[in-house]
Amino acid sequence: MSYSELEPDIIPADAEPVRVQGRTPFQLAWSRFRRDRLAVASIAVLALMVLFAALAPVWASWTGHPYDQTFPKTGLDPDGLPKGPSGDFWLGADQLGRDVLVRSAYGARISLVVGVCAAVLASIAGVLVGTLAGFVGGVLDTVLARLMDITLALPYLLVAIMLATTFQISSVGASLTMTILVIAFFSFAAFGRIIRGQVMSLKQKEFVEAARSLGASNVRIMLVDVLPNLVAQVTVLTSLLIPTSIVFEATLSFLGVGVRLPMPSWGSMLGEGSDVFQTAWWLLIVPGVLLLLTTLSFNLLGDGIRDALDPRGDRVAGRK
Amino acid sequence: MTRFVIRRLLYAILVLWLVSTLVFVFLHVSPVPVERVIGGPRATTDTLEQIRRNLGLDEPVIVQYWDFLKRLVQGDLGDSYINGTPVTDLIANRLPTTLWLVLGAGVVWFVGGVVTGVLSATRARSLWDRAVTVFVLVGLSTPPFVMALILLFLFSTKLSEAGFRFFEAGPPLQEHFFQRMILPWAALAFLMVAMYTRLTRGAMLDVLGEDYIRTARAKGVTERRVVYRHGLRSALTPVVTQFGIDLGALIGSTIVTEKVFGLQGVGQLVYQSIALGDTPVIIGVTLMVTLFVIVANLVVDVGYSFLDPRVRLA
Repeated sequence: MSYSELEPDIIPADAEPVRVQGRTPFQLAWSRFRRDRLAVASIAVLALMVLFAALAPVWASWTGHPYDQTFPKTGLDPDGLPKGPSGDFWLGADQLGRDVLVRSAYGARISLVVGVCAAVLASIAGVLVGTLAGFVGGVLDTVLARLMDITLALPYLLVAIMLATTFQISSVGASLTMTILVIAFFSFAAFGRIIRGQVMSLKQKEFVEAARSLGASNVRIMLVDVLPNLVAQVTVLTSLLIPTSIVFEATLSFLGVGVRLPMPSWGSMLGEGSDVFQTAWWLLIVPGVLLLLTTLSFNLLGDGIRDALDPRGDRVAGRK
Repeated sequence: MTRFVIRRLLYAILVLWLVSTLVFVFLHVSPVPVERVIGGPRATTDTLEQIRRNLGLDEPVIVQYWDFLKRLVQGDLGDSYINGTPVTDLIANRLPTTLWLVLGAGVVWFVGGVVTGVLSATRARSLWDRAVTVFVLVGLSTPPFVMALILLFLFSTKLSEAGFRFFEAGPPLQEHFFQRMILPWAALAFLMVAMYTRLTRGAMLDVLGEDYIRTARAKGVTERRVVYRHGLRSALTPVVTQFGIDLGALIGSTIVTEKVFGLQGVGQLVYQSIALGDTPVIIGVTLMVTLFVIVANLVVDVGYSFLDPRVRLA
């Protein structure tokens, strides 16, 4: 039996059958995201930054300047002041005669690794604590919610400094791990609070009630019904947490309590060079611009993801 | 109402106690031998032993903890490892600079943020609004210390030539107060202006969509009056709340600004203590700042509950 027999007037016999392709939420979001020129541009910038960081050893061998080696003869002028950008030192030399280009590339590694790792760790902890508190409720909720409140009340910069000075960590690896853990610890609470609120409102929804009436266990409801509804929110929050974490790391390293020497970080480069900025502007401009470019791109990317996942929101002025 | 205040007060005390315990634990599990820091590398075993006894480090942990809490309640934060001065004296000496820094910057960012926020909310989608959105994004992406360094780089030479004495560490704060404070205020306020612009703009757009605004317009109230009398008034509530919290919290994050501009405030005290390993000072400042944050939160909560009775029930 063909269509024409049933509905002869609606579908002409010779018409191509029109098929509407069902698209997944991800495909919809992706098509919206692709149209956001700023977000796509920021992805391109970040890709370049990752490439720059990944090729750090290549820059070092190309220029013949390892990141921790000083070149007092070629990098400093007779007065001991750093030389500016030249054929030998593309982005200039720093106050000790080290190559700013090579050091910036290694610094990019630190920033990206710390930013991404701390944000991912914080979001895992935040989702775990937030979901538990919101879903289980009762005494557990009170304890966890208070714990998050207290974490938010701590002066994070001071506690981070206190940790760094009392434990006197001197190796690069240990200081990197500790920096990531400290940043993650101070970021998870804000994250967890939002997730907790979301879970509490999701818990009241009809589909959870339906699942419960069908005999689903709490664990199943949490994993199958509640968590998938949080994916959009978690993605957005995590992507916006990366630039915050990068700034946090740079601030700690600027104060000398972040990632330890000899490993360069943009923050410590800015801190060490700050005495000679007036004569050696590249010591401010190079790490400063790289840092700004990275955080700005991550922020734009986060905003782009939010707009793509939540079509009601409108970053550009006035949704009312 | 009284019950609410008492409950909040008890909670504040609980948080303070938890933070001080945390600090005590840090101090205790720290692998750095205190007596070495005080006695120096050449101290004899006897001297080291004597220092330990003076600090009470030979007592059981529980006794030390009890003493620590007892002294805290009396407002004694211990003595500096380096020169033996009471930490409270050191802090009291430095606090005015930090307070002026935060208060001045607070005025700048509050006024700046609210004005730009209102202007862009009332001109939503205009060129101005778009420019403000870009500014907010850049502001939120710039770490405060980078902003401070950029300002210093751009203006220090010119300001010195113009006779500004903005970079003096020695003389008391009153001398050339504004000349010295203007750059630190700008650096500290930059990020906050961006945040407050976003906050005010959002609150203002929410409020301007309310029914009572339409009623006011229908009554024939002038647009100016609608925006400032009816709109801004209620839009300001969340902004003022945030302001209270941020003022308290910011006292803990002036370290960078003070370091860059050479201001001798509490932040600089912490920075100098990092290099010296002077843990009591760092701990003292941490506890003091926590106190500030908690008091600010308490004031905001209680003040809010006077304004909005719904809060008390939550």
